[in-house]
Amino acid sequence: MNTPKQFGVAFAAVLLLACVPAFAGASVVDKLTTLFIYMLLATTWNLMAGYAGLVSVGQQAFFGLGGYFALRLVDGGLPAYPALLAGAVGAALMAWVMSFYVLRLKDGEFAIGTWVVAEVIRILVMLDPLIQGETGTSLIALNAVEPELRRSIGYWFALAALAGMALAMAVLLRSHVGTAAKAIGDDDEAAASLGVRVLRTRQAIHVLAAFGAALAGVAWLASAITFLPRTNFGVQWSVLMLFMVLVGGLRSGPGPYIGALLLFALQEFMGDFGAWYLAGLGAAAAGCALFLPQGLWGALSPRLVRLFTRPLVSPVSTPQERTAP
Amino acid sequence: MIEALIQGLLLGGFYAILAAGLSLMFGVMRIINLAHGDLAIVGAFGVIALTERFGLSPWLALALVLPVMALIGIALQRWLFARTLRAGILLPLLVTFGLGAVLQNALYGVFGSEARSLGNALGDLAWASWELPGGIIVGQLPVIIFVIAVAVLAGLQLMLSFTRLGRAIRAAASDPEAAALCGVDATRVHRAAAAIAVALAGLAGALLAMQATVEPYGGPMLLIQAFEAVVIGGIGSLWGTLLGGVLLGVAQSLGALWSPQGFQLAGHLLFLAVLGARLWRQHRHQLGRPALPGWRHPRARKAVRA
Repeated sequence: MNTPKQFGVAFAAVLLLACVPAFAGASVVDKLTTLFIYMLLATTWNLMAGYAGLVSVGQQAFFGLGGYFALRLVDGGLPAYPALLAGAVGAALMAWVMSFYVLRLKDGEFAIGTWVVAEVIRILVMLDPLIQGETGTSLIALNAVEPELRRSIGYWFALAALAGMALAMAVLLRSHVGTAAKAIGDDDEAAASLGVRVLRTRQAIHVLAAFGAALAGVAWLASAITFLPRTNFGVQWSVLMLFMVLVGGLRSGPGPYIGALLLFALQEFMGDFGAWYLAGLGAAAAGCALFLPQGLWGALSPRLVRLFTRPLVSPVSTPQERTAP
Repeated sequence: MIEALIQGLLLGGFYAILAAGLSLMFGVMRIINLAHGDLAIVGAFGVIALTERFGLSPWLALALVLPVMALIGIALQRWLFARTLRAGILLPLLVTFGLGAVLQNALYGVFGSEARSLGNALGDLAWASWELPGGIIVGQLPVIIFVIAVAVLAGLQLMLSFTRLGRAIRAAASDPEAAALCGVDATRVHRAAAAIAVALAGLAGALLAMQATVEPYGGPMLLIQAFEAVVIGGIGSLWGTLLGGVLLGVAQSLGALWSPQGFQLAGHLLFLAVLGARLWRQHRHQLGRPALPGWRHPRARKAVRA
């Protein structure tokens, strides 16, 4: 497969998806927006855990912070949509500042350290009078926009964020950072001894992943409008990311998208089971980590490749073989 | 202020029990069990279910639940954790995090969302208190829990120091390969450690249910606090864990004086500060410099003079 062709297909798909609000109903647009947000979360978590070996339980910090900064900026007088984008950039800046601390933590320490940082940020945000503690607040400025248009803009925002993040990740992983990240993902100490700048590489990936999570957060805020600290900073976002990436396929390009589609479908059909459904998600994630380390994509892709590509060597035996003794 | 200090100190005993199990599992098997807090909640709900269904005394119910928790620990080690050990560092984190999600939501599915407590079943003890000179009031239950904590840690320390199993556990923790060469059966040691760790988690959960309330989704917060106690006190020492728990409890109680949110916030900030100081010292150590510029370790100064 050649890469320009892949980019072309992806570009055409994005253009096609951008036309959806013109003819589809409101519920379809809303559901697709949710799906894009899931995909965004899954790809960024895969970028961290799959390529940089960073298992974070604190990505919800950026999901919530993006929304919080946007609310603060709107309160300060900025129009709603630029504020949403600026909020995500602000969260990425925070990730850059935090990375000097959290990236020095090892494995389990990193997982719980990021979680504690996310909790600290949630508590500090809840102390802000604007958020009103548990009560939360809402992005009232968006109510001025006509609902139909607001839905479409929210959809385009999520789609553009997803496409932009996919492009940024593709560029990053094809650069020297991607090569370094692959070495770190295999063995960080060996990579460091070969001269890979582990901290710098992880920093680039951490900031990009945080920006993606923050974009997902502001896209969520743009469509949900309400901001509840317990929900927007909830650890359940990390549970969902873990599920999508592990079931879809860690360290693979299409895996997170498959995981997000699966999560979305499960939520549509099984969401009524409530807690048991969520317990099932946890069990499926753990089971996939144990027994299907490559995820669904890893299990399916060899078969798909066999189905869709013509074999290079024809299965009919060649004359030389027939004549051979 | 003094009352808050005493409350924090007593709270530290509870954190020490919770953290000892986490620390033991990390020490022996090198895995951080992200479902540790959820296992504590499982233990708490087990005790609550026994007292509510059969009208048992909470202490008797606790005595019945602890062996079951130990069996759960063995089963988890045998069928879940042991499989993750072979495959690097990420897998145990991912699997135990998934297990935590399963436990939380299963508890929610069975028991519902309401916060529960053993306070009613304890009767008078739940609010009985002693008055110290100076008008300081100390609840009896927190003191009893602190005494239990110290006794449990002392028992664990004695077991690790003087029994065959304890020696095997320490050997496997300090050097698994050398221990295996000396005939220590790693599988059995791991199962014993998992049994003790999960039983300690269950004990901590039940003690929490006695002095406060527990809810199905409370596990992650317990895990965070246990981990904080371990890191503050220093990994690898039971009495360090107690010290870490006490420091965490005192920080939280003092934080709560400032604001209701300050309880958690102060604990988290103390943890981040201790971790940061440790990272800083490591960083300086790698550069071959003392932790603070212009500061020398007393022993180093002596060496220079000699």
